[in-house]
Amino acid sequence: MEAIDDSRIARSRLTGRRTALVLAALAGLLLLAAAAGVVLGSERVAAAEIWAGVWAHLTGAASPLGREQEVIIFGLRLPRVALAAGVGAALAMAGAAFQALLRNPLADPYILGVSSGAALGSILGLMFAGQIPLSRPLCGFAGAAAATLVVYGLGRGEDDPARLVLAGVIVTTFLSSVIALLTALADDIRLRNVTIWLLGDLSSGTASGLAFIAAAVAAGAAVLLAQARALNLMMVGERDAFALGVETARVRWVVFVTAALLTGAAVSAGGAIGYVGLVVPHLARLLGGADNRLVIPASALGGALLVLVADTAARTVLAPRELPTGALTALIGAPVFIGLLVGRKRSAVS
Amino acid sequence: MLLLRDVHFSYQREVLAGITLEVRGGEVVALLGPNGAGKSTLLRVAGGALRPGAGEALFEGRPAADFTRREMARRVALVAPASEARFPLTALEYALAGRFAHARAFGFDSPRDVEVAARALRDTDALQFAARRFNELSSGERQRVILARALAQEPRLLLLDEPTANLDLAHQVSLLNLVRRLAAGRGLGALVVTHEINLAAEFADRVALLKDGRLAACGTPDEVMTAALLSGLFDTPLVVDRHPRSGNPRVSLTRD
Repeated sequence: MEAIDDSRIARSRLTGRRTALVLAALAGLLLLAAAAGVVLGSERVAAAEIWAGVWAHLTGAASPLGREQEVIIFGLRLPRVALAAGVGAALAMAGAAFQALLRNPLADPYILGVSSGAALGSILGLMFAGQIPLSRPLCGFAGAAAATLVVYGLGRGEDDPARLVLAGVIVTTFLSSVIALLTALADDIRLRNVTIWLLGDLSSGTASGLAFIAAAVAAGAAVLLAQARALNLMMVGERDAFALGVETARVRWVVFVTAALLTGAAVSAGGAIGYVGLVVPHLARLLGGADNRLVIPASALGGALLVLVADTAARTVLAPRELPTGALTALIGAPVFIGLLVGRKRSAVS
Repeated sequence: MLLLRDVHFSYQREVLAGITLEVRGGEVVALLGPNGAGKSTLLRVAGGALRPGAGEALFEGRPAADFTRREMARRVALVAPASEARFPLTALEYALAGRFAHARAFGFDSPRDVEVAARALRDTDALQFAARRFNELSSGERQRVILARALAQEPRLLLLDEPTANLDLAHQVSLLNLVRRLAAGRGLGALVVTHEINLAAEFADRVALLKDGRLAACGTPDEVMTAALLSGLFDTPLVVDRHPRSGNPRVSLTRD
């Protein structure tokens, strides 16, 4: 038996080494972006002082920062940075999961209407169950799950990626009208800012909201990583996955619930920030191929990075004015979507 | 190995109406029949993807439904035309998917998984494009990668749905030679759905003729591949003589 060329084999698949390298690089960039997010802002505080302040908090020593600076750094910027990272990680992982499960490179929680479902759910939670703790994220989850079921029901059957996107557009349009109606009818002060929040607003991170999204991201990452191999097979086709040993019905159910949970958590905390779930998994695939053992964790880190950078830009570029974060991600995401659509058509012709 | 006993299956109409068929280890069985005869449905029942409405599909004496999906995938592999590939997997990654049922759910491919997948690619003459993306391969090259994925499952039974479609003549012959070698060497059973009746005559131990969900005949190529039976099966006049080298039946078309 002739020897099989090891170097060619090593280059032909995702290795643990490559995964570790890519994830370490992304984690490094994320830390840098987080540092920049804390340092940048209208109130100038030197990075060294912030670091001294963080160190003081960790060790319990007296902080060198003034009271106002304390509030800005630890009360505003740090929670906002954490929320942006959490929202980005959740949305990008949900996107990666939807793409693999639906075998659809155009899938994204925003495009599929799942984000609108989460938005409506969390608005209803705010209106009718505002006193119950975690009602917003939990209702957001329920809304996301319901929208997922509807879109999946409408878009399945024919094996055409565009059909699913169309179903998502219709669901989004319908849910947006319902949201507009609710906000017009309600005189609740908290609903006045809904339009801004819908475009992505990361300024209102609460401790419980942060804890919920952190928990959702951790749980979602654990579940999706455990299903990464099965998703690799589902990505090829459900019939194949079944024949290769995947309990397809169970995997579909588990991954749908997880993606809905991630979307619900992200949207109820930060609004419907679009296209993160579309763009980031595709960028992740450029770094090491389509294997979900890399795509899912790389999407988590890359999504956190993208939203964090977008949010930092949104609040500093035109300061003191603040742009909606979702407007910036859509500015990047919509052209990518068009590129994918055009590329798909071209390859279908050839 | 595989035993179908009086299998019935219906979607809206009855597709399989009382099929009894056995595939033993080391044996290649070809399944011939016109379009819509129920051949692909029969394969799906054999692979456990569909449960028979009546009758039983037994694998090694146990109903297919009694196995977990992973247990089944370590025993039975399906080779069917690929769905459109929408994500950039390499041919090796595609073949490694065949190791799913052998590997742990978590972690990366073991050296043995990689070795088995690479050997499978070599066996199907596909190792030279291990690093290329599956969706950039020609349809014939894809077909060889799909077969490699099935071999990477290290199955005892191969179910092949038109495995030679899209293959050039050399690769048609080499694929079926490979199946024969696996049957002889590893005791693999193979059930092959095909429209290539002359390949079936040359490579199959037994031939089953399927029409309208019923088994019209089943036996060695010599017994079953007669002009009368085949012409009736396909509703078109066919001439059967002998292959000048092997002496197996040789089927020729005729025009009006």
